[in-house]
Amino acid sequence: MSDFLPKLPVADWVDLFVEWVQSAFSFIFDPLKNEFGDFIEGTAEWLSEIPPFAVIIIVALLAFFISGKRIGLSIFSIVGLLFILNQDIWEELMFTFTLILFASLISVVIGIPLGILMSKSKWAQAIITPILDFMQTMPAFVYLIPAVVFFGIGMVPGIFASVVFATPPVVRFTNLGIRQVSNELVEAADAFGTTGPQKLFKVELPMARSTIMAGVNQTVMLSLSMVVIASRIGAPGLGDLVLSALQRAQGGQGFVAGLGIVILAIIIDRMTQYLNRNK
Amino acid sequence: MSIIKVRNLSKIFGKRVKEATSLLDQGYSKEEILEKTGCTVGVNRASFEVESGEVFVIMGLSGSGKSTLVRLLNRLIDPTEGDVEVSGENLAKVGKEKLRKVRREKLSMVFQKFGLFPFRTVLENTEFGLEIQGIKKEERSQKAKEALELVGLGSFIHQYPDQLSGGMQQRVGLARALANDPEVLLMDEAFSALDPLIRKDMQDELLDLQEKMKKTIIFITHDLDEALRIGDRIALMKDGSIVQIGTPEEILVSPANDYVERFVEDVDRSKVLTANHIMKRPETVDIDKHGPRVALERMLEQGLSSMYVVDRTRQLKGYITADDVSEVRKNEQKNLHNIIRTDMPIAQPDTPIHDIFEIIHNAPVPVAVVEAGKLKGIIVRGAVIAALANGNGVTDTHE
Ligand SMILES: Nc1ncnc2c1ncn2[C@@H]1O[C@H](COP(=O)(O)OP(=O)(O)OP(=O)(O)O)[C@@H](O)[C@H]1O
Ligand SMILES: [Mg+2]
Repeated sequence: MSDFLPKLPVADWVDLFVEWVQSAFSFIFDPLKNEFGDFIEGTAEWLSEIPPFAVIIIVALLAFFISGKRIGLSIFSIVGLLFILNQDIWEELMFTFTLILFASLISVVIGIPLGILMSKSKWAQAIITPILDFMQTMPAFVYLIPAVVFFGIGMVPGIFASVVFATPPVVRFTNLGIRQVSNELVEAADAFGTTGPQKLFKVELPMARSTIMAGVNQTVMLSLSMVVIASRIGAPGLGDLVLSALQRAQGGQGFVAGLGIVILAIIIDRMTQYLNRNK
Repeated sequence: MSIIKVRNLSKIFGKRVKEATSLLDQGYSKEEILEKTGCTVGVNRASFEVESGEVFVIMGLSGSGKSTLVRLLNRLIDPTEGDVEVSGENLAKVGKEKLRKVRREKLSMVFQKFGLFPFRTVLENTEFGLEIQGIKKEERSQKAKEALELVGLGSFIHQYPDQLSGGMQQRVGLARALANDPEVLLMDEAFSALDPLIRKDMQDELLDLQEKMKKTIIFITHDLDEALRIGDRIALMKDGSIVQIGTPEEILVSPANDYVERFVEDVDRSKVLTANHIMKRPETVDIDKHGPRVALERMLEQGLSSMYVVDRTRQLKGYITADDVSEVRKNEQKNLHNIIRTDMPIAQPDTPIHDIFEIIHNAPVPVAVVEAGKLKGIIVRGAVIAALANGNGVTDTHE
């Protein structure tokens, strides 16, 4: 069929476009790649240098207080982290943690304002919704390509890909949370003469808090699930271990690293959920 | 002096507003307009004025446009046409900044489902309006506490709304509105979510507060009893239009049209019922037998601040007040003759309720029902109003 309709050179166009973006915006990409990259790696290294037992105690205490003085999560954290230490994958854990910490932070910092914008404007909602759908349905691997193109390899492109992949839930939940605030409360705010920002910060965001937190929780979990994928472009950490185990068909090693990810996931998941429950 | 002036105020919901407006001008009904254009007539050219210090009730069936009308007054809903003047400011025309100022300083609203913020304590809820105005923490919590004292919630300030009963929550709603010290309170079915008994209490309290603070109150209800109990004037709405405005008496006695008449027909007993139907057995003291000690004891027992005095043959002599009696006791006097007062309202057993309604107003004590000089019974204010409203306390004549 392509005899009379020549194949459209979409791939070429995209390449051209990317090249242009690369050079036109190098003043953004370069410092991100270099300074920000150094900063993240520095953080990860700094974290790995803290004595593991100190970290374990801090995490256990945090878990204890966040969970409303219940002991379960603390015990799980202690046992889980000791296991990771015992398996000699502590440093990898710290790199993975740093990766999702920054990825989630960036997602939230971008996502909540976007969600607010969406909740306030029909137009924003109409434009952003399909973009979010697109971001979520596109296979996560695809994000590795622009990540590599713009940021080379290492932690920064890993974080970039995570952010693209993990931001949609926090945007959606923020939008939903604000739109769900009961009409009477919005009217009460208006009737007392609030300005837009007053209404947002004193009524809508506090009312939407637990919905937004549910979105944050999902975002964190999604960025965690990007860890293995991001290791394909050189992000160090537990994901990298899984990947190399895969490449060398070392089932045992892969299982241990995978277990490490699961332990981290459970601790983070429960903690964010508890944070949401207590006021 | 009128504090609120509403002229030709209309609200039409929907897309084809122009078309709907012109149909309305041609005299089409709400239903026809909905059918032809898909637009709903919320409020149809309402005009009225509310005096400062008045309790103005807006009443009507569900969907008659009450909520829409009250929201036009603080422009939570933008009018399609017409003017709303609050303290000389035409809200239909002012800019955002000015509108906010009026909402902050002149109008406060109380909501049907209370509209409290669940994440704020009672005190923080009450402070909301002041906080919005940027008033300092100390001053606003001072004012909020005063408002909470007023509604009897002084000791609950650190609770959260969901720890309180419905009646208490609405008190918080009221305190929040009062804390701003507004000129006008807008209350949209403020008591409709409450149990009947609590509802009566709240109505009484609102009237007490009103007496103390002299606020202007716009009160929405679909309940005629409530309207009659608290309204100085009542506006009746139907399909977005105001069909009659008048005092409770006027509405009851001379309904403007069939709609109003049907609304009030259950109530219109004021002409058939008489004092006989609603009086109750009086607590009395016998001047020939009893002295200050017994009188005071009885009053305490019954929780009365005054009591009628009769002689051995039940001839009415007058009434005494608890204050006077304790004064007499202190001075160790032995009888009550010197403190009997005689400025009580008096009715015959066959006096229509209608007339009692007039004399009971502002009377210091219940009405004495007297026949041939003998005290037959007394009538308290609540009984008259209840009878006017729904015939409570007249079980014998009630079919
Ligand atoms: N936002 C809106 N959009 C479209 N139509 C509306 C809107 N708000 C109210 N209406 C319509 O306007 C009319 C008046 O409604 P309104 O809520 O003022 O009545 P109401 O007298 O307060 O009734 P209720 O006693 O049920 O509260 C109704 O027909 C209603 O369907
Ligand atoms: Mg209503």
